[in-house]
Amino acid sequence: MAEQAVKGEEHDYTERNKTAVQADPGKKPRRKISKDQWVALGFLAPSFILVLIFVYGFIGWTGWVSVSNWNTLVPDFSFAGLKNYIYLFNDYRFQADLRNTVFFTILFIGLVIVMGLGLSILIDQKLKGESIFRNIFLFPMALSFVVTGVVWQWLLNPSTGYNQFLAVFGIQPKWYTDTNILAGFEWGSIEFGLPVAIIAVVIAAVWQMTGFSLAMYLAGLRGIPDELREAARMDGASELQIYKKVILPMLMPITVSVVIIMAHISLKIFDLIYAMTGSGANFVTDVPGVYMFETTFRGNYYANGAAIAIIMLLLVAVFIVPYLLTNRRSGN
Amino acid sequence: MAAFNIWKPIKYLILTIMAIIFLTPIYVIVVTSLKPLDEVSLANMWALPTAIDFSSYSHAFSELAPNFMNSIYLVIPATLLSALLGAMNGYVLSKWKFKGSELIFTVILFGMFIPYQSILIPLIQFLRNIEMYNSIAGLVLTHVVYGLPITTLMFRNFYANIPDTMLEAAKIDGASFLGIFRHIIIPLSITGFVVVAIWQFTNIWNEFLFAVTITNSDSQPIMVALQNLSGSQIVQWNVQMAGALLAAMPTLLVYILLGKYFVRGLLAGSVKG
Repeated sequence: MAEQAVKGEEHDYTERNKTAVQADPGKKPRRKISKDQWVALGFLAPSFILVLIFVYGFIGWTGWVSVSNWNTLVPDFSFAGLKNYIYLFNDYRFQADLRNTVFFTILFIGLVIVMGLGLSILIDQKLKGESIFRNIFLFPMALSFVVTGVVWQWLLNPSTGYNQFLAVFGIQPKWYTDTNILAGFEWGSIEFGLPVAIIAVVIAAVWQMTGFSLAMYLAGLRGIPDELREAARMDGASELQIYKKVILPMLMPITVSVVIIMAHISLKIFDLIYAMTGSGANFVTDVPGVYMFETTFRGNYYANGAAIAIIMLLLVAVFIVPYLLTNRRSGN
Repeated sequence: MAAFNIWKPIKYLILTIMAIIFLTPIYVIVVTSLKPLDEVSLANMWALPTAIDFSSYSHAFSELAPNFMNSIYLVIPATLLSALLGAMNGYVLSKWKFKGSELIFTVILFGMFIPYQSILIPLIQFLRNIEMYNSIAGLVLTHVVYGLPITTLMFRNFYANIPDTMLEAAKIDGASFLGIFRHIIIPLSITGFVVVAIWQFTNIWNEFLFAVTITNSDSQPIMVALQNLSGSQIVQWNVQMAGALLAAMPTLLVYILLGKYFVRGLLAGSVKG
């Protein structure tokens, strides 16, 4: 299984390593460090310092910008308190973005899992030509979200594309140009509900990312020994029961991984939507990633842009931090 | 099993229908890009061209060629550097563990998941200050730094599968940290380098957010140019499709030729160590 290959061994290399080397290259060691261990730290230090500055330092800097008054072309780092955040949460566009992100994320993750699991089970049936099918479902993963966006804006264009086939059934969805909000109710200054237009973007994103969950599930299915299914069959379980009671529970860790990775892709999504639809009428396909880009780099509202970025980071952290910490703990 | 025979054609049918749906975008790209201008219309999207016409490719190529080269100059050094640094980190974090090395690994790994919007404003200020803004070199630096978490993760997991006994033996023979890296680890990492390089190549080639914010006009990589082409009202739709195919070609070729390694990278990068 994918997981076992990746977990790796955890035991220390030698006794000397255990006692001698300190976590922080800057701290004074308590015991003598061998030359090799100094070289090892020298290998790691440049990357670690780069990450500390470019990831953690810059996040702190962005946080600082987000509470500043820098909403013009000229940097202004005077303290503004939470003004920019308060502005955003009262902003029509940002409220719409949060709504769109919620529905995009749920639909996107749900469909990627259902499609990936379904197709991987079908491919795992020892059918002839399974590698052809696998390659067809996986190739969109090699494409850029920009390419996907450019192509799908035509496929889901209301006046052409798939609508030419759907005309046979007499339905002509308006896809990403639809401004309806399904099951909507007043929430802040927007209507909260499923924006129909977001479905078009979800379809394009699912087309691109299904290969990911397919590959993950396929690796998982290949890791389940045949004897296990055989044993369940001997006990009189039907094929459906085997999947429900034996195989799906065993694939649970993979599902968790897929959810986490898809969630972080979906919460920060920018290029697909920027290339395919843009913000849309009434911001029906707008997301924080697009708003951040436009307000910062097209409108020079740097502090507002920084505040959006920090909110995006916090949303992602809600998924990622517990995941990283539990992985670390189970690794030890 | 009688049931098996009934279900088999149904399984094929479902897979085939899904495969056809998955391929429709490629069909539209190829068919449209080969049409002469007078056959390009919304109503005839799905129709085959009556004659094969490569003029949309020559048009797209003349528009995108400089940006295509920018992407080449970006992706090669960025891929090699981030892979090399990842190998160095992975070696230490898997074979020379020390107190706190797991924490350092987690600290590095977190960088893989952050939305890059959250570092973009300082990054651009920083690149302006060191006069690397709006340059390929600035993008190379950016991709090397933010590629570190994933390449470190991939190499660490890769090296975890090399038995420690092998290193112990070399150490008893007097091999040093560097000696082991050069004579044992590097020769054993060829597959690892291929997997990581393919992954980084694909990601950097396809990346858009850094590309569109750090560069403008002459130094823009291909994906920004493609986006500009598709956003332009005067550029015909067949040219956009030809441009999309040109932009996608390098990563598609890598996938077709080395798909096995691409999938290995996908699996290795997706599950945290």
